[in-house]
Amino acid sequence: MESDLLKKMLRDMLLARAFEERAAQAYAQGDIAGFLHLYPGEEAVGVGVLHAAEPADYVVSTYREHVHALVRGVPASTVMAELFGRKTGCSGGMGGSMHLFDRERRFMGGYAIVGETFPVATGIGYAIAMRELPEAVICFFGDGAVNQGTFHESLNMAALWKLPVLFVCENNHYQIGTEIHRHSAVAEVYKRACGYRIPARRVDGMDVLTVHQAAQEALAQIRAGNGPQFIECETYRFRGHSMADPGSYRPRVELQAFEKNEDPVKIAIAETAAAYPSAEQIAAVGRDNIASLAGSLHRGGHISTAHLDAMQAEVAAQVEEAVRFAAASPEPTLEDAQAALDCNRQGEVLV
Amino acid sequence: MAEAIFYWQALNRALDTRMAADESIVVLGEDVGLYGGSYRVTEGLYAKYGEWRVRDTPISEGSFTGLGVGAAMVGLRPVVEIMTINFALLALDAIINMAAKIPFMSGGQFPMPLVVRMPGGVAKQLAAQHSQRLEQTLMNVPGLRIAVPATPQDAYWQLCQAISSDEPIVLLEHELLYFSKGELDESRPPPPMHRAELCRPGRNLTIVTYSRMRDLALKAAMQLAETGIEAEVIDLRSLRPIDWDCCVASLEKTHRLLIVEEDSGFAGAGAEISAGLTERCFAILDAPPRRVAAEELPIAYNAALEAASIPQVADVVRASQQLCRS
Ligand SMILES: Cc1ncc(C[n+]2csc(CCOP(=O)(O)OP(=O)(O)O)c2C)c(N)n1
Ligand SMILES: [Mg+2]
Repeated sequence: MESDLLKKMLRDMLLARAFEERAAQAYAQGDIAGFLHLYPGEEAVGVGVLHAAEPADYVVSTYREHVHALVRGVPASTVMAELFGRKTGCSGGMGGSMHLFDRERRFMGGYAIVGETFPVATGIGYAIAMRELPEAVICFFGDGAVNQGTFHESLNMAALWKLPVLFVCENNHYQIGTEIHRHSAVAEVYKRACGYRIPARRVDGMDVLTVHQAAQEALAQIRAGNGPQFIECETYRFRGHSMADPGSYRPRVELQAFEKNEDPVKIAIAETAAAYPSAEQIAAVGRDNIASLAGSLHRGGHISTAHLDAMQAEVAAQVEEAVRFAAASPEPTLEDAQAALDCNRQGEVLV
Repeated sequence: MAEAIFYWQALNRALDTRMAADESIVVLGEDVGLYGGSYRVTEGLYAKYGEWRVRDTPISEGSFTGLGVGAAMVGLRPVVEIMTINFALLALDAIINMAAKIPFMSGGQFPMPLVVRMPGGVAKQLAAQHSQRLEQTLMNVPGLRIAVPATPQDAYWQLCQAISSDEPIVLLEHELLYFSKGELDESRPPPPMHRAELCRPGRNLTIVTYSRMRDLALKAAMQLAETGIEAEVIDLRSLRPIDWDCCVASLEKTHRLLIVEEDSGFAGAGAEISAGLTERCFAILDAPPRRVAAEELPIAYNAALEAASIPQVADVVRASQQLCRS
């Protein structure tokens, strides 16, 4: 893996964490309202997958989509402004946290009705396939979403017509308060794709490198014209389902185990900063991993503690600037709302 | 004995009371069991009645509502909770094509003791997809009955009645009402489920409303009283059928009709109320009926736009004053 890409991914993960924690703070202060679903714990999925994508690829996401938008290059300032409901937000203050859109960056929206991402992505895939373009669609969804009819209906069509869709399941094991074994007869989500003969695999969604590689391979298959692919990323959310949910249904030991041992940001730092593992870290990962760590370090170059600190300071400043921008931005008016509703009317006066 | 409790507690009490009395009642929905329900309505029931009677479902609205239909055909009395009305769009086939039609198309062979409860309305900055009001869609379906309780007492009464009924009944609850408090007296005999309530007497105009707008109308009526206008306020409590008699009796006194609804006006509940009362009262109305309704816009996330999109007390006061002048 090239050092540049590694550093970019690490930077995006740090940005993702800082952005979301700052959004939580803004919510507590009353600057953000409504439903706010945050991403800490799941960064490796969005970052790994989207760094494997090309700018011409499309992204369709859920209500837990701030980080997908950020990684896609939607400026933190316009994402934060949308969370604040301002006119300068990427959806003009109409959509809010759950409905980020950025046409220019082919960010095709955050959808808040579970299961909506499947048909939208499949439709975009249809248009790409019909025009024989070298593009793909990335479709994000949670483990809970696969029990919605649209999942099965869309996977069938995508496979039937060999549509260029990469289905990415962010399996955080919960559908709000219902743990996966209580909502799904088959808890290995990737196996569901077999029913539609879509190549599928399950990867460690806490490890950005693994996710990135899986996405790269899948996208290569898609671009070769082989139809849809499916990746299940096993991950975990560190916070409640949304800011309204304390998440108290989850066993404390489960949460602690994930936070301590599987924090994807910490893993990414360890991977990027492979030049400086402590003696204990080396002892902890064991022999083979030391070799691979050393290998990736050798091939990928490295990053110093000072560099990491600088990176962290940089993303913190970027997020603060985003908050400043959002807070100073004007509110949209009713005329703006009407204009958004009538955006396709082309000035035609009806009544 | 009356006690002040939350709206969600009244619903919880209704479920608990009925479930204790009748083993065929089952509750189904997302996070209704272990979690206790998004608005706490099913709190404690899972522990008390077990998983067969309080079932946490996958996110499969179309099919778990349809499952409720099937179970109702063979004697269970399912109470399906759709987490919010916004997701009921995925269950409309089960509600409209199945629940409302099976008793009819079977030539009257099957009971349909199904209750579908759902929170809806405009809450607080939940944006366009989570702020829907779908009463118009459901009102247009022969075979369905729709209750819209606005107080804990009505929530308790109407949920108990809906569970006891063999007809499919949709209970539209309002997201902002769950944590409102009111008196509940379980021993009071309930009025019929579809009976409207005259909740404030007046003589200058009749305000017909339902659900959360009841509170708004009552507040407006208090302000109007200070300016010398006495508004009579009617809470419909049921949108299908509508208690026309109660409204007609009021209009015979006031001769002026104002309808307040949280939904957009176009082809909405207010349009039906207006048409129904114009047909019945044309000759005695001193002015055309008026509607205070939401803007013809999806609900924006932005707080100020959200507030500007739905009726506020001041809008009701202004419209009442204009109506009384005309
Ligand atoms: C059709 C529909 N039903 C219910 C909901 C309420 N809801 C929002 S998120 C969610 C859980 C989704 O779980 P999952 O798909 O695993 O995604 P996660 O939030 O865990 O990322 C539910 C039930 C919804 N938004 N849409
Ligand atoms: Mg999940």
